Amino acid sequence: MDREEGEDWEPLRARPAWADVVPIPQDDGPRPVVPIAYTDQFREVMDYFRAILAKDERSSRALELTAEVIALNSANYTVWHFRRLVLEALRSNLEEELDFIESVAENNFKNYQIWHHRRWVAQKLGVGAVSGELEFTEIVLLDDAKNYHAWSHRQWVLQELGGWEGELDFCSRLLEKDVYNNSAWNQRYFVVTKSPLIGGLQAMREHEVHYCVDAIKAAPMNESPWRYLRGLFKGDQDALAHNPLVVAACIEEIRKDASCVQALSLLVDLLGAGFRPTPSDTELLHQPVSSPAALASNVCTHLENVDAMRARYWAWRRSLLPSTTPVS
Amino acid sequence: MASSSSAAGAVAGGGGGGGEQRGTPSTSVSERMQKSLEDSVETLLGAFASAANQHTTSLLLELWRDEHVKYLKKGYQHLSSTYSVLDSSRPWLCYWILHSLAMLNQHYSSAVCNRSIDFLSRCQDKHGGYGGGPGQMPHLATTYAAVNALVTMGGEKALVSIDREKMLQFFLRMKQPFGGFRMHDEGEIDVRGCYTAVSVAHILDIMVPELLENIPEYICSCQTYEGGIGGEPGAEAHGGYTYCGLATLALMNRVDVLDLPSLVNWVVFRQGAVEGGFQGRTNKLVDGCYSFWQGGVFSLLQRMMPELISQQEGWNGPLLAASQGFSSTSDASNFEEVAGDETEGSVDVEKEKRTSQRPTVINQFMSTDDQLLYGPLFNAQALQGYILLCCQVLEGGLRDKPKKSADYYHTCYCLSGLTLAQDSASHRINAPPPPRAVLGPYSNLLEPVHPLCNVVLRRYYEAVRFFRHSPPVASYLG
Repeated sequence: MDREEGEDWEPLRARPAWADVVPIPQDDGPRPVVPIAYTDQFREVMDYFRAILAKDERSSRALELTAEVIALNSANYTVWHFRRLVLEALRSNLEEELDFIESVAENNFKNYQIWHHRRWVAQKLGVGAVSGELEFTEIVLLDDAKNYHAWSHRQWVLQELGGWEGELDFCSRLLEKDVYNNSAWNQRYFVVTKSPLIGGLQAMREHEVHYCVDAIKAAPMNESPWRYLRGLFKGDQDALAHNPLVVAACIEEIRKDASCVQALSLLVDLLGAGFRPTPSDTELLHQPVSSPAALASNVCTHLENVDAMRARYWAWRRSLLPSTTPVS
Repeated sequence: MASSSSAAGAVAGGGGGGGEQRGTPSTSVSERMQKSLEDSVETLLGAFASAANQHTTSLLLELWRDEHVKYLKKGYQHLSSTYSVLDSSRPWLCYWILHSLAMLNQHYSSAVCNRSIDFLSRCQDKHGGYGGGPGQMPHLATTYAAVNALVTMGGEKALVSIDREKMLQFFLRMKQPFGGFRMHDEGEIDVRGCYTAVSVAHILDIMVPELLENIPEYICSCQTYEGGIGGEPGAEAHGGYTYCGLATLALMNRVDVLDLPSLVNWVVFRQGAVEGGFQGRTNKLVDGCYSFWQGGVFSLLQRMMPELISQQEGWNGPLLAASQGFSSTSDASNFEEVAGDETEGSVDVEKEKRTSQRPTVINQFMSTDDQLLYGPLFNAQALQGYILLCCQVLEGGLRDKPKKSADYYHTCYCLSGLTLAQDSASHRINAPPPPRAVLGPYSNLLEPVHPLCNVVLRRYYEAVRFFRHSPPVASYLG
């Protein structure tokens, strides 16, 4: 029941249903700063809302009024909070509330209040809301595949209410459309580590390493899979440094492109984690080296050149490597 | 300033770089958007690079102070009806504008101060905290904004108007047992809540133990596999939340709970190789506001180098084992050179090592004594370049990126990022940066801000002293 701004809006003071209410003006003070030149409609709707709030009137006309306020300023968290109180008092149909949220959200997909309200409703509806919420977030993500609130909501739904079955596939589909979508990679990690239907990170690791390496081959400069690859071995650096697939992928990308920043960066980390390069590996940089530490140092120096924006970082990393001067 | 951008070439998609051609003909959304932004930015940076002489380049790099001041002052006095969507964020508007003016070294008339104090008092809830406007429920974010605005104004009248006792009660009501905070009564919970509450509690000197329980554990659970911090456990690493998480832990002296090397590695890669500005998340576009959220992380890290270095060296443990027969001490003299080229003298690493008591993180922030700083780990010059060349709007104000309009939020955070970047090459906290640390004419130099709370330094010290001389606040239990 949106009453849009415009000629067809009927002032509240003219509506018989509101004749008993005395509107309360905003207590801005005599000479407020950051004053907003509200339209008459905005001012009046807010004046009537303040009156309803002061009375704590949890009626159906109050519910309608909250919708009017929301239409004018969907970020007014006080109004959303009050709306929730009214919905509870009226024991309103919460399925319909989902429709209401959808209509408000059309132009407002980056609004905390809308998503928080959606979460509140979904929580009350419980497990029955799962497919609707997954569908809703999917629609939002179709339009904006990286919408932070949508992804947070989706994660909350999965953890609180379930629906994990199709989630890994969902991530794969999104990555097929855009392999650079870091939100989808993040979601993938979430599923692999948290889904009760999957064996957990250890069980999935080999499969995911393959998935990553394929993505890397398709777009070697894409930072997402490189970070995901490291993430698969979080807390287990030794396994990372000795995983043949990981090492091979890293070396291969450097062979193809000696200035592949992501691969070089991983190489520094692999060396730090205990990777011992073979002689042919160390020829990569066309320099004779005598130790993993020396190789790491050379790679850092190389990165100062090919990843110039991060030169100071690579110099700092180099400064922390073990010295390569032999003890006497 | 723009690098040789191997990133740009690869991101443009298609051949080169040795990658195999896939069956799919079109580039992805991410690639298209990134390419488009790089084109705009390269035009602006290119105009600078090809400028005829030093006079022209200096002109192009000028901060348009007068225009920005006009824009800010105008907004403080009057906002059009399109600002109705910010009707629940008016303390933010106060803070964004007052803080920006303060960084531009503007002074406020007593009339403006009185009107501001009066207005913000009407936003203060009788049970504690500040709402988005008079009569609105108190909210942690608008509380943070209101307190910072009052601190920025300074003076006893402004500071005394804050009800510290009720504030603590409000915070304790919002606090959740697992360490998070609701943003308002029955509101959403995320890492912003921790930062806004702890930042204000720090300034007001109401950091009681009950307020701080489990916060480190909660924030730690929000650090992702990428190294940055997300809004909630499981959420994607994001610049805004990373700043909030790290600043909160710095305020509590608990940065040890984070994997700092991982965090640093994530945040250095958020600086665009072509743009010089920062993106909020991996593979997203740079945005001027992240000059502060991401850039600010580096300012914090500069003050916690001992902890960071200790953790980073721990990463190299296996490498030490592999280097048997070679010296196992790190060669810190390399880093001295790095810090040295942008500072007046070299960083005295040896003196740092000799310090018998390792300075706690929060002491580093609180002290007004000269402190030694390590050079920044990011490219401060490139960030300043992005802000000055791509984020300024001719009519006044600063913006997200080229083709966007200016707004007060971006003005505040672009300038905050700019001042931190200018300061990052200083090696003493209270000394002005050397000329070569300031991009453009030296007159671009802004007032320094405190990287933990983002208010101008002078006012931060004034407020912190004021509240530590106030009577202690009784804890609210139950």
